[in-house]
Amino acid sequence: MLKIENLHASIDGKKILKGINLEIGTGEVHAIMGPNGSGKSTLSNVIAGRDGYEITAGSVTYNGKDLLEMSPEERAWEGVFLAFQYPVEIPGVNNVYLLKAGVNAKRKHMGLPELDAMDFMKIIKEKAALVDLDQSFLSRGVNEGFSGGEKKRNEIFQMAVLEPALAILDETDSGLDIDALRIVANGVNKLRSPERSIVMVTHYQRLLDYIEPDFVHVLADGKVLKSGDKSLALELEDRGYDWVRDEVTA
Amino acid sequence: MTTSETTKTETAKPEDFASREYEAGFVTDIEMETLPPGLDEDVIRHISAVKQEPEWMLNWRLEAFRHWQTMTEPTWAHVDFEPIDYQATSYYSAPKSAEDGPKSLDEVDPKLLETYAKLGIPLREQEALAGVAVDAVFDSVSVATTFKEKLKDAGVIFCPISEAIREYPELVQKYLGSVVPQGDNFFAALNSAVFTDGSFVFVPKGVRSPMELSTYFRINAMNTGQFERTLIIAEAGAYVSYLEGCTAPQRDENQLHAAVVELVLLDDAQIKYATVQNWYPGDENGVGGIYNFVTKRADCRGARSKVSWTQVETGSAITWKYPSCVLRGDGSSGEFYSVALTKMCQQADTGTKMIHIGKNTTSTIVSKGIAAGRGNQSYRGLVKIGKNADGARNFTRCDSLLIGDQCGAHTFPYVEVNNPSATMEHEATTSKIGEDQLFYCMQRGISEEDAVNLIVNGFCKDVFNELPMEFAVEANRLMEVSLEGAVG
Repeated sequence: MLKIENLHASIDGKKILKGINLEIGTGEVHAIMGPNGSGKSTLSNVIAGRDGYEITAGSVTYNGKDLLEMSPEERAWEGVFLAFQYPVEIPGVNNVYLLKAGVNAKRKHMGLPELDAMDFMKIIKEKAALVDLDQSFLSRGVNEGFSGGEKKRNEIFQMAVLEPALAILDETDSGLDIDALRIVANGVNKLRSPERSIVMVTHYQRLLDYIEPDFVHVLADGKVLKSGDKSLALELEDRGYDWVRDEVTA
Repeated sequence: MTTSETTKTETAKPEDFASREYEAGFVTDIEMETLPPGLDEDVIRHISAVKQEPEWMLNWRLEAFRHWQTMTEPTWAHVDFEPIDYQATSYYSAPKSAEDGPKSLDEVDPKLLETYAKLGIPLREQEALAGVAVDAVFDSVSVATTFKEKLKDAGVIFCPISEAIREYPELVQKYLGSVVPQGDNFFAALNSAVFTDGSFVFVPKGVRSPMELSTYFRINAMNTGQFERTLIIAEAGAYVSYLEGCTAPQRDENQLHAAVVELVLLDDAQIKYATVQNWYPGDENGVGGIYNFVTKRADCRGARSKVSWTQVETGSAITWKYPSCVLRGDGSSGEFYSVALTKMCQQADTGTKMIHIGKNTTSTIVSKGIAAGRGNQSYRGLVKIGKNADGARNFTRCDSLLIGDQCGAHTFPYVEVNNPSATMEHEATTSKIGEDQLFYCMQRGISEEDAVNLIVNGFCKDVFNELPMEFAVEANRLMEVSLEGAVG
């Protein structure tokens, strides 16, 4: 589904990604772990197409297409979804309205008829239940006055509505208390499917207790230093990131 | 206490917002009777004669003109333009077919009907929006007024002001200039001297107008100023909702529009006044466009009377406009909801004045300014609490949104409190459309252009909610700003 080869990216001339190689298969759940400043968020943003990053080498292929050539909205239409680490507030813009515009733009791209308000509300209500999102959140402005936990839940709710093929969860666990984490993780687990790949970017092993990954990668200094299965995450929890660095340089 | 703050924020992206094409820019080819440019007492006598006005009206005009000659153009507004040559403008222009005064709708020149139909304002009653009566003002004259009879049955008078001067002189004489006196300001004095048409509304005691009333102003002739005068009187317990819309053809010369609107409210009366102003804004380089210098004021004479001004200002090269409320009656309240969009080279200096005189008077100000391109705009507002205005309350909220890095937004809030029991609240924000907001929308599959519109409309929501349905849709459409050289 997604193939990243020798990806180098910098921001304002500063090299952040220094040769990432990563392959995500359809239906797989990957965890990308690493210390602060390792390039985790940069990788998420580059995949989603955020402006301001310079790709100096390498390629990202998504379903056989050159992902880096596509605009952010084209990537969204093709099924790429990013759950933001810091979801932004958009005052006065209704949450459901934003999603309806997004879903219908995607449907148009796929040659499907647009959903009308009635059909759309039906879907919305179904999906809101997945993440235990109160109906009152639907009519509010996008993330307007939401608590940290509510914002993250809203991200997973949006993921449920947009039904992406590839979902990148950028530190979705950060800032969540244990109850909120459980709700968010349950939502993600319900969205796991053989057709949907999920990439979780996180600092902590904690999230992986709730969402079990098929693969774990350690990202440090802009490179994937080590890959393994979920036992790697446990080992990291025990021994810290320095151990991996030492092993690679040894 | 007087405060003034100026903000100019710069932002890197998104840049280069161009305008949506101006859809109302066409010219109607119709035979006109137009006075040669120039202004003197003879011109005023001519206008008065054409309108078959009584002597007192002519004298009132001449008095205003003599006063105007002693005045100078105000320069305090934060706008910049070449001096206006008041002798280069024509002060009267009317379609020949309308010369013989108002006619029944069946007799209106088909070209005029077509013009208004093109603007989305059907004037034939059977085609018109149910529940909305329209007075159509074309250059210097009212060419049609719909549902007049139906309104009359309810006791509501809705007619061109030139007709009211002839038919209801005692009402006009009693109220005209009682809210905005002849010499109030430079542009009001000019208007008082040369005003040609506009709407007159009288809602008698206890009557709730059965329909929304609206006036649609159209400037068509070249080198002609439009000087409309609107007078709305709501007697005790009366209610009326009034809408006005404005458009003009696309031309390279600047044209002057100096209007005066007076609202009179007696005890427990309520007037809702909404404007969607879409005069031709000029082109990307600031060539052409309407100078919109307008004086609007409501006088809440009666206790518990309630007035609200809602304006969506998207057009005009220059806007100079401060719809105000004089809260004389005890317990009266004034509201001002405004969205002003300046793009390309447009300039706007707009806001309101809330003058609290009576006890327990309340006012609310919600102003949303959007500047894009090289647009420049200022919110200028005065809240004045008189010494007898015990328990007065004001809430003010001014938000500015900047799009691009060549525009400017400024806020000049003046507050004058002469009574210690007053409660004042003021909130102000300046923000720019954040790249993170745009990226968020785009990541959800929304194009950059749609994302900008979504964010702008969200920003204006508090004001759009105050508009009558038909206008809210129109306003949403007018706010569309398109992005030049969009991504992809």
